[in-house]
Amino acid sequence: MGVILLTGIGSVVIAVIISFLLFLGSIFILVGSIGLVRFPDIYCRLHAATKGATLGMMSIMLASIIFFYVAGLGFSARNLLVIVFIMLTNPVGAHMIAKASYHYDVELWTGSISDEWGGQ
Amino acid sequence: MARQLFANIAIALIWAFLHTSYTFKDFFIGFVIGAILLYIFQRRFGQDFYLRKILKVLKLSFIFLKEIVVANFQVFFLVIKPKLYLRPGIIQLPIDVRSPLKIVLLANMITLTPGTLTMEISPDNKILYIHVLDIGDEEAIKNDIRTKFENNIKECSK
Repeated sequence: MGVILLTGIGSVVIAVIISFLLFLGSIFILVGSIGLVRFPDIYCRLHAATKGATLGMMSIMLASIIFFYVAGLGFSARNLLVIVFIMLTNPVGAHMIAKASYHYDVELWTGSISDEWGGQ
Repeated sequence: MARQLFANIAIALIWAFLHTSYTFKDFFIGFVIGAILLYIFQRRFGQDFYLRKILKVLKLSFIFLKEIVVANFQVFFLVIKPKLYLRPGIIQLPIDVRSPLKIVLLANMITLTPGTLTMEISPDNKILYIHVLDIGDEEAIKNDIRTKFENNIKECSK
């Protein structure tokens, strides 16, 4: 692209904001992935996977919106839609995986301290 | 609510046409003027000013966004600790909201917030089964969800 409109101090500030958002998003997704490996059972792993991916994607999309706006390519409403749909579909996906696992008798981790659902 | 929204849009259109302009900017100015007029004449409609409801929705979204960020940092610290410290478990949460849309909203919000994940709803739509990553104080978790989300969702639909 390279059509950044702002010059001088403004462009530096914008660049820092965009880089920070990208960095934050990548970190959250990375931590989500590490959690996916480290956590003991499928239910705990879902925690790491859904939360990390949602906020990570949100930050990256936000960075993308700011970049394209500043670059003079208009406000990309499509990226906003991506955020909305990720926020809608991610929890539903996690919910369905958890529900299906439980109904297929996937064991809770042995360290779990309560199960009030209890095979109903 | 629908009547007020219709009136507001009509005022905005009239404003834009009086300026013989069809840009979004003029429509927006007209919309703001219409909102002010509706606020002044709200008794005429016999119901509350409809933008007040929008404010409540905004408040709910704001709380929700804050909770998502908190949730991520919580998982972040749990993951990077050298020794895994977890007390997971499934708890029951009795819910008050009844309409399917609100239950979906509540369930999704619970999933995206710190340490909780909705697993299943009981057949009579009265109890949510929630997987919690770290059960310290069960009542505190339940109260948290109630005060932060459930009450605000109820407020929005009044």
